[in-house]
Amino acid sequence: MESEKIVHIIFAVIDETNAELSADWQIEKSKDAILFGNGGKLDSLGIVNFIVAVEDRVLEELGILITLADEQAMSQRNSPFRTVSSLSTYIAELMGRES
Amino acid sequence: MDQKPGPVTLITGTRKGIGRYLAEYYVALGHQVIGCSRGPQDYSHPAYNHFRVDVTDENQTVAMFAKIRVLHGGLDNLINNAGVASMNHSLLTPMKAVWGVLDTNVAGTFLVCREAVKLMRKRGAGRIVNFVTAAVPLNLEGEAIYVASKAAVASLTRVLARELGNYKITVNAVGPTPIQTDLIRGVPTEKLDALVSRQAIRRYGEFRDVSNVIDFFISPQSDFITGQIIYLGGG
Repeated sequence: MESEKIVHIIFAVIDETNAELSADWQIEKSKDAILFGNGGKLDSLGIVNFIVAVEDRVLEELGILITLADEQAMSQRNSPFRTVSSLSTYIAELMGRES
Repeated sequence: MDQKPGPVTLITGTRKGIGRYLAEYYVALGHQVIGCSRGPQDYSHPAYNHFRVDVTDENQTVAMFAKIRVLHGGLDNLINNAGVASMNHSLLTPMKAVWGVLDTNVAGTFLVCREAVKLMRKRGAGRIVNFVTAAVPLNLEGEAIYVASKAAVASLTRVLARELGNYKITVNAVGPTPIQTDLIRGVPTEKLDALVSRQAIRRYGEFRDVSNVIDFFISPQSDFITGQIIYLGGG
């Protein structure tokens, strides 16, 4: 399942990111985990690193080149980067457009 | 024992002029050089890969970086040489020329930097060298758009240096004086002489002057040098 692969990729990036975060400031590995915004664990630089790392892994593991941070996504009221679940849905949408 | 492969260095605008010289120069120094230009390249070497790419085209540029990722797994140095000039009085500069210069010199430089950083951050280090011009500090008349575009590249260089410091990526720029290349082929000799006469050291630049500054910026020892712009000739 494509969506499971995408969630797996996001979880792998969470592992990488958590390795850089303090023990009391870890991102939970669940679909509802908040990544960015109120209650999120990533600051503005953290989300940049996170997005680029996800783009890298999607290319490496799925062979698809996507650009997550387009102007529209960054300015959306309901940011696709808010939670693991919203990010996963957004990536699936982008991959659908690419294919 | 296998020899360690040399650094991976991307140079834009390698078909002719300074870019071509730099491609051959860094191949000779043992780098694995990737070059690109809009047109075909007649230089070939086992350590040189050429891509036909227009750096103002996002799809072409991103695709080139995807191939670099596959071929080399990362990138050590970016030498952002690709550029175009329009040397006319502002009243004689058509808007097509304005957009063309801004597109290649500013947007192209930005796009290549952005994509290069994605590969460099995987290495945990990187060197970016952008190209400005000695005409920027001289506020040279008759080159309004070209000088303005390079002033934008100078600002871009300083801002990127701050944004990328955390990744241990340095961003600097070199500002050459006139060098006898195609870029200034159409410029009257008296205009070039006037520019040279305003330099502290009054001579035309040579390719080796440019590679000397780049050698300094990309040296492993220069990991604390960032956001700097070196103008040749004391411009």
